[in-house]
Amino acid sequence: MKTITLLLAALLLPLGLARAEPLPGEQPVDPYEVSNANAGADPFEGAALFEAFNGEAGIGRVVDDMVDRNLADPRIKDIFAASDLVRLRRTLKEQFCFILNGPCDYTGMDMKSSHADHGITNREFNALVENLQLAMNTEGVPFRAQNKLLAKLAPMQRDVVTR
Amino acid sequence: MRLEIPIVLVGLSIAFAPVCAAQKLELRGKLLLTRGVSSLEGAGGGALTPWALITGNGTDRGIGATAHYDYVTVNDYGLTSYGAAAGLYDRFEVSYSRMTLDTRDVGAALGLGQGYEFAQDVWGVKMRVAGDAVYGQDTWLPQIAVGAEYKTSNRDGLVQALGADESEGIDIYVSATKLILAESLLANATLRYTGAHQTGLLGYSDEASVQPEFSLGYMLSRRLIVGGEYRFKPDDLAFAKEDDFLDLFGAYAVNDTLTLTAGYVDLGEIATVEDQRGLYLSAQVGF
Repeated sequence: MKTITLLLAALLLPLGLARAEPLPGEQPVDPYEVSNANAGADPFEGAALFEAFNGEAGIGRVVDDMVDRNLADPRIKDIFAASDLVRLRRTLKEQFCFILNGPCDYTGMDMKSSHADHGITNREFNALVENLQLAMNTEGVPFRAQNKLLAKLAPMQRDVVTR
Repeated sequence: MRLEIPIVLVGLSIAFAPVCAAQKLELRGKLLLTRGVSSLEGAGGGALTPWALITGNGTDRGIGATAHYDYVTVNDYGLTSYGAAAGLYDRFEVSYSRMTLDTRDVGAALGLGQGYEFAQDVWGVKMRVAGDAVYGQDTWLPQIAVGAEYKTSNRDGLVQALGADESEGIDIYVSATKLILAESLLANATLRYTGAHQTGLLGYSDEASVQPEFSLGYMLSRRLIVGGEYRFKPDDLAFAKEDDFLDLFGAYAVNDTLTLTAGYVDLGEIATVEDQRGLYLSAQVGF
């Protein structure tokens, strides 16, 4: 699986995927190789899941709601308070949109690099999952569709949780 | 024999005491329902069978614990179970359960007395050895745990008179549990090496065998799972036939402390009385 992902990354790199423009207010980051492989999961096939999330607008609302919940959550707010929230919201929306097979490319860093400095625990990872579930409920995403996305995100625990 | 498992428990506590002191323990942290409910025999799992999940809400950096009370009422018997279990670092589990079979009118019919009770104490240990049921969504490897249950009947002498070789025994099992998130399913398979008659309530045979146990659940929300279980059992008692157990259940996580389970159970024939079907109710509290 990893080999395939790496191969894909190697194939896509020369194509020079367009790098999304940073939004006003984003902090500069050190250069890195931009690739959809950084999203950490292959996209679904078909349009059903993208539609279940109410498209890009719905994904945007889910991510914003989740980030807001994280910022208000005593278990994990300190991790998020220290982040570039403008960039975080943008790249999370790209990532979810890409995985849900929407018309988006992921331009953020890979999961390992982007979480390396945070010292995240399983408890904190699960707190985020919970907040994401609540945000998906608020958006009215059917539970089965929620679980399909979570199934793609769950293995990222191995890269995200370092402590 | 009688003291082996309690000694293991004490040993485990001593072994982990320095770890607890060295690192600040985190409490809570598991996702809803991912600690399982409590089996009749006390281990974290489904109602009838242990799962590879570790009880309590603790993660790999913490500890957790649960307590349960189960009430089963079938046509001619009542069955209760209460107990407690602790999960350590999402790796080890220790459990205790007291199961009591109330024979009601059957007791009188068998000449034992109205409401005669068979009870057993069950001491359990479990260790997770591989896999992760929740995060391992990109692999077929389930979460695997091995465990043992030491059971001792309160009717030493009588169970032998009914045909058992022993009034105490040890079950050894391996469980594999997999959350199949993309399908909203939870599946478990357990292989139990046991010589128990009616889970040990009627004593033990010296001849043990491997018995499979299965659970399948479908998640309707992050709080609610419905499903069924089937537990194969030995049938080695001369005076009475013994059937497999099955149940259909719904488990609801009220919050991360309280889980309520209700279901239908079919315990089959017990001590010569057939068709023991009825209701299963369980409350589990924990942190």
